[in-house]
Amino acid sequence: MSAADGATHTADLTVTTTPAPWVARTSQRPGRETFTALRMQQVSRWYGKSPALLDLDLELRRGEFVALLGPSGCGKSTALACLAGLQPLTTGTIWRDEERIDVLPPERRGFGMVFQNYALFPHLSVQRNVEFGLRMRKVGRPDRERRAREALALVQLTEHAAKLPSQLSGGQQQRVAIARALAVDPDVVLMDEPLSNLDAALRVEMRTEIKRLYQERDLSVLYVTHDQEEALSLATRLVVLRSGRLEQTGTPEEVYTHPASAYVASFMGYRNLFPAQLGRVSGDARRASVEVTALGTTLTGTWRSPGDPVPGTSVSVAVRPEDVVVGASPSGPSAPDALAAVAEVVEYHGRELAVRARTAAGLVLHLKTDRPVVAGTRLALSVPPERVLVYADSPTAGSPAADAPIAAEVSRGAEH
Amino acid sequence: MALSTEPRPGAVVAPAPPTGRPLRHRLAERGVDRGLLLLLPAAVCTVGLFVYPFLYGVSISFQPLRGGGALTNYTDFLADAYQRDSILKTLRLAVPVAAVSVAAATPLAFQLRRDFRGRGAITLVLMLPITFGSVLVAQGMARVFSPYGWLNLLLSDLGLGTHQLIYNYWGTLIAAVLTSLPFSFLLLMGFFGGIERSLEDAAATLGAGRATRFWRIVLPLALPGIVSAFTLALVEAFAIFPSAILVGQPDNATHVLTLPIYQAASQRSDYPAAAAIAVVMTVLELAILGLLQFARSRLYRGAAAGGKG
Repeated sequence: MSAADGATHTADLTVTTTPAPWVARTSQRPGRETFTALRMQQVSRWYGKSPALLDLDLELRRGEFVALLGPSGCGKSTALACLAGLQPLTTGTIWRDEERIDVLPPERRGFGMVFQNYALFPHLSVQRNVEFGLRMRKVGRPDRERRAREALALVQLTEHAAKLPSQLSGGQQQRVAIARALAVDPDVVLMDEPLSNLDAALRVEMRTEIKRLYQERDLSVLYVTHDQEEALSLATRLVVLRSGRLEQTGTPEEVYTHPASAYVASFMGYRNLFPAQLGRVSGDARRASVEVTALGTTLTGTWRSPGDPVPGTSVSVAVRPEDVVVGASPSGPSAPDALAAVAEVVEYHGRELAVRARTAAGLVLHLKTDRPVVAGTRLALSVPPERVLVYADSPTAGSPAADAPIAAEVSRGAEH
Repeated sequence: MALSTEPRPGAVVAPAPPTGRPLRHRLAERGVDRGLLLLLPAAVCTVGLFVYPFLYGVSISFQPLRGGGALTNYTDFLADAYQRDSILKTLRLAVPVAAVSVAAATPLAFQLRRDFRGRGAITLVLMLPITFGSVLVAQGMARVFSPYGWLNLLLSDLGLGTHQLIYNYWGTLIAAVLTSLPFSFLLLMGFFGGIERSLEDAAATLGAGRATRFWRIVLPLALPGIVSAFTLALVEAFAIFPSAILVGQPDNATHVLTLPIYQAASQRSDYPAAAAIAVVMTVLELAILGLLQFARSRLYRGAAAGGKG
């Protein structure tokens, strides 16, 4: 299953899920400290002369599942480490409701944290690993053992309680790590790319597990990932970071359907990302219909940047492979907008084919179709204008210097 | 249940390995091939320069110069109370030296396990005594620890009185600690550095403060390394020689095992007697090494078993 595939399904699900999942769940187990919101305000973190986070404002309300999304080096893990207290802030504050917590050491913040490399204590059994947090909270032995057993039952590892972490598989180890974080009943669970060390099949399975735990246990989760599929399928809200700044936040559906920039689009399955020249502009400035030309190929698209479109300027165009429509045979009547292209590479993906096509002028388009396409055949392609997203090239945020590495990231995303 | 030699239909039968495979193939499967020849030069050197002289020494120790039974050299050594006591004196020196050196190196190595500004400089200063050698250290000690050295002047100014810290047991102990500390430090820094940082982070997020993280996570994981460092420091202190003479009391408190060996070999030219004492020393060291190795293996399994309780 491709990344974009899963994303589509999730987007559909999100549409049908009303109201938002956290509203429906009201059961608040006793004994847990309650909070309304966790807030990072104007948080910056500098490593020497380069910023990992710049004036980041981030809020996690109780019951939310927020995914921090971005490429490596965008500051998402730093944000999590700052929140957990594992790294000091350079400037800014962190609040749990009215309590300022960035001055507290990590052991007094009371978050549960799941690490990318599991970070299980190798010299302690699974049971003792899970008990560790309870022991630190001076929970009496019978209570401690019972709660550790409950947490292990939650991740279905009861029969492995006596084993050492090294005797478990990677997926089991990560489940122990989750049980350990949940055993202390934290008001917020922080997860730092918890699935990226697992193989593909296990990752999908564990993703469902995490979602189940989130729903069953009334958790509030801040989840760091570079994987859009994970972010879309788990989160109730996405936060996309770019060079330590907030680039876009919204529900998975909002971010997926309406990425605020080409940078965000590159994470959201917009595999066709290419530079173009802006042509004719019609309609009002917001959501204007624009014509773009790339390598002699002209497409009609929708203007998505905040400023006014200026004909003749260079722009970035983002199109999802799923939005490219393969028309009837080129000899027949085709839509006026149709692009003539030749299928170069055809990959079989089960229910559909992934095709790389090239127009006569050389523009490469990735598309998905359920039609039987054979490599080498001529295709008539079209894209609904509202699904051709056109962004101004000049960055909307950040200084030109800070944006230099991002251009590279966008092109890397496009290659993906 | 009926036993049948016939494989059930559909059962997977493991193919028997073909017989008559060439010898070279079978050896290669066990890791024996021509690449092993690369070990030859090292093996020749080890046997020629270490194993042979060692065995020669052991054999001459049973051939006393002045006749008598094969064990004469040993019985002579053990019968002489002054000579025999050197075993105890060695232990009395080596064990505290190793303990103090490891105890001092542990917090240093723990603090310096991660990179920070100035770590290189601090590490260099801590490592310098290695390059000095024990003679230079002993020379410096004569100035610092003498009755009119700055340490005693400082102590008396503080009203703590002057102390004889040189030309006795304490002088040798201090010199030996100074020379073995860098080794312990270097070794332990590797062990502490090898402990995944996220383990401490995880413990912190679970509510463990600095001290708890050290005692419950870092120390248990570093314990095998600490035992190794202790073992090495002990072996090194066992063969202590220059500082026992230069800053110790070689005829009494620091009459360690190396001194009768030196006296027998270089002053009386009685190589068999020297060899016999050296063999006693070796056996002693091997016994202690074995004990520590046993403790280390117990420790590792002990930690694992403790988790199951």
